[in-house]
Amino acid sequence: MFGYLVGRLSQAVVVVFVMSVIVFVGVYAIGNPIDVMIDPGATAEIRENLIRKYGLDQPLWRQYFTFVGNVFQGDLGNSMVYNIPVTSLVFSRLPATIELVMVSVTIAAVIGIPAGLYAGYRPNSLGAKLIMALSVLGFSVPTFWIGMLLIMAFAVELGWLPSGGRGEVAEFLWFKTSLATTNGWSHVIMPAINLSLFKMGLLIRLTRAGMVEAMGAEYVRFARAQGLADRQIVFSHILRNISIPVITVFGLELGSTLAFAVVTETVFNWPGVGKLIIDSILQLDRPVMVSYLVMVVILFVAINLIVDLIYARLDPRVRLKGGS
Amino acid sequence: MPDTLTPDSEVIATPSAPPAETRAMRLRNFWFDYRQSWVAMVALTVIGVLLVGSFGAPYLVPQDPYDLANLDWMDAFLPPGSVGSGEYTHLLGTDNAGRDMLSAILYGLRTSFMIGISAGVLALAVGITVGLTAAYFGGRIEALLMRIVDLQLSMPAILLALVMVAMLGQGVPQIVFALVVAQYAYFARTTHGAASVERRKDYIEAARSTPLPTWRIMFRHLLPNVLPPLIVVATVQVASAISLEATLSFLGVGLPLTEPSLGSLISNGFKYIHAGRYWLSIYPGVFLMITVVAINLVGDQVRTVIDPRNSR
Repeated sequence: MFGYLVGRLSQAVVVVFVMSVIVFVGVYAIGNPIDVMIDPGATAEIRENLIRKYGLDQPLWRQYFTFVGNVFQGDLGNSMVYNIPVTSLVFSRLPATIELVMVSVTIAAVIGIPAGLYAGYRPNSLGAKLIMALSVLGFSVPTFWIGMLLIMAFAVELGWLPSGGRGEVAEFLWFKTSLATTNGWSHVIMPAINLSLFKMGLLIRLTRAGMVEAMGAEYVRFARAQGLADRQIVFSHILRNISIPVITVFGLELGSTLAFAVVTETVFNWPGVGKLIIDSILQLDRPVMVSYLVMVVILFVAINLIVDLIYARLDPRVRLKGGS
Repeated sequence: MPDTLTPDSEVIATPSAPPAETRAMRLRNFWFDYRQSWVAMVALTVIGVLLVGSFGAPYLVPQDPYDLANLDWMDAFLPPGSVGSGEYTHLLGTDNAGRDMLSAILYGLRTSFMIGISAGVLALAVGITVGLTAAYFGGRIEALLMRIVDLQLSMPAILLALVMVAMLGQGVPQIVFALVVAQYAYFARTTHGAASVERRKDYIEAARSTPLPTWRIMFRHLLPNVLPPLIVVATVQVASAISLEATLSFLGVGLPLTEPSLGSLISNGFKYIHAGRYWLSIYPGVFLMITVVAINLVGDQVRTVIDPRNSR
């Protein structure tokens, strides 16, 4: 197990290194942020000073190592647009995104799992077919388009909910969240539903597939033969068996929800990190772009690593094969 | 799989092509099975109509929406069904620049189709090459290639595409490239899965004992036998490429409005939904949704038909 752990860890480090180089070079190879920052009428001297200040006169590899050195000291550079450290910028936006993701994941689980169980329990019923059709829509219709329809229906036509923004925040335990106010909830509910749809579709399909498979399994037939009630079989036998793959995929998908938040946050003008990255791409704010992308890479590599390690823990065949 | 039963000598002479009759018969069987679902038939028809409508748009619609000479500011924001200065009915209304929405949508759909199809085909080519190489050579090459593919698959396509666009900038070739990078991994994984099974079969062993070049064995012997599952993936990926591109354009990092796809039209219309001008964004969105859903439905039916578990 130890050898496997070391192997996988070093692989993860290599991946993060390679990806950070690609991202850095890619982002820094395009455009000239100085042109965006100062007005065209500025003197050559001001220009030169700025270029020197941001280290843009250095060769790319030296810029990269300066960047990495700073990262290890917890310094991701300053945003060129907001002129504050990227770390504080990201951390000021992070709570909004986490809040949104948590609410949407909860919605997806509360609706998706029961719906999937039902669709698998009565696969030929009208309700099951309806559920499956809806899950296909959740998969294939672009998120931003559904978000727009929601805004049109509930904000513009009916006027029940605000069309965007985060609303009031209030102190709850240690941090400020909009979930502590009614106004905050009215702002979060629509984007959260929008963000949950894809994951909900996925959960429905997963749970249904597990359910259908379990219904034909030996242990279910045995439980039936024992005379157990269907309710008991579903909730105490089947649910327990299908929960492992469902939870695994769900955990893996947590990272992708963060990515989809980019779309939802833009549609609903939600001031989270997703909106931040889109704005920084549009404004060519390189330090923010690079930091966000590198953080996302680290997040995904970490998720992958954890999943691999859990599998290795559960399945001896994986770790005996070695670190490859 | 009749191919695997062909004697070795024939394998070398006509490696992948079964007798023409068999292929025609297989196609007829496929078509017979496909027709069993009326939903899939409707979807196929819809796609056909949209393809003709979008690629034939210059001959079908009353206005070239991107020729500024055709536009009249007086026609801006006409609701659906009104008659503008051009003396024809704007069935779906006009936008903020006085463009006929139906014309703009069909032109935009053409761009979306072209991007989706070219990205799909290129990603298919790259994915097949990566997957076949990994499966055929095995060992370290396989481990390395598939590790990269797995890592990419664990990241959402939208994120990869966003990274690529952030690095490459806007424009049609950039978007296509970004989509290929974001999507080839799906093809690579599918190809690799099917090819590693085929790889161990006798006909590949037989082909390897002849002086045929490696690429020929890979692409003429191995590839035809892993193709069916790839067709399904390709269909779904074209739909997902179209919707990814629309998403990127909506986010403002895709195509500019001078070169609009459905996504840029929706993005433009989004600015006016609070003013009650719903038709600017609703109609391009409806076309986008119909296109994507129809392609997915066709893909679903193809999957059902070619799934060996369902074969008679």
